[in-house]
Amino acid sequence: MSRPRPKYLNLIQIRLPLPGVVSILHRVSGAALFLLLPFLLALFELSLESPRTFGFFKSLASHWSVKLILTGVVWAYLHHLCAGIRHLALDLDYGTELAMARASSWAVLAVSVALTLVVGALIW
Amino acid sequence: MVKRQVVGAHYGLRDWLAQRVTAVIMIVYTVIILSTLAGLPQMDYWQWKVLWHTPLVRFASVLFMASLLLHAWIGVRNIFMDYIKDPALRLTLYVLVIAALFWYAVWFVQILWGL
Repeated sequence: MSRPRPKYLNLIQIRLPLPGVVSILHRVSGAALFLLLPFLLALFELSLESPRTFGFFKSLASHWSVKLILTGVVWAYLHHLCAGIRHLALDLDYGTELAMARASSWAVLAVSVALTLVVGALIW
Repeated sequence: MVKRQVVGAHYGLRDWLAQRVTAVIMIVYTVIILSTLAGLPQMDYWQWKVLWHTPLVRFASVLFMASLLLHAWIGVRNIFMDYIKDPALRLTLYVLVIAALFWYAVWFVQILWGL
């Protein structure tokens, strides 16, 4: 006889397991990177067009608000990359047991945040 | 009866594989370009310009952009397939995303070749 289990499909009540958190952040970071692409391309263009626009790029990129956004972009890129590597491992059947899946989820979160802090320290 | 939508999923395996191959290309590119940047003696305009005018960097960057294009298309399309139920709206969004990605790719090549 099956036990009645509580089902919470309400996003506020739902308790997402850790791999689920990594998974939704993979999607969110990917979508954010896609939406920010034109702004990143504009910055890249500014940096290469001429010495004058390079100077403007540098002054723009040294403003704290732009630095904050760029740090966010770096986190999104790194989280997406780390979660992607985890995905590739899962596809090859590495780390599919529950304990390993949880440990690798922690690793993805920790490594991407740690690398973001390193990059943040470099640009700040 | 199987109800197929023109904007439904019936191309799974090829895209699944493409998503992974493009991911690996972008990981390799990211590591190489970051180590190259770290190896620059200083960061001024001319160093920066010379780096992006190196033929190998240009070639690798275009390969990266092509991978990004395909990878982003598959990813964004999957998000729309999950959340956008109306076929007409979904198709409209697909067209907009494809147009945007092509624009970005052309723009990127123009930046690299200084047009």
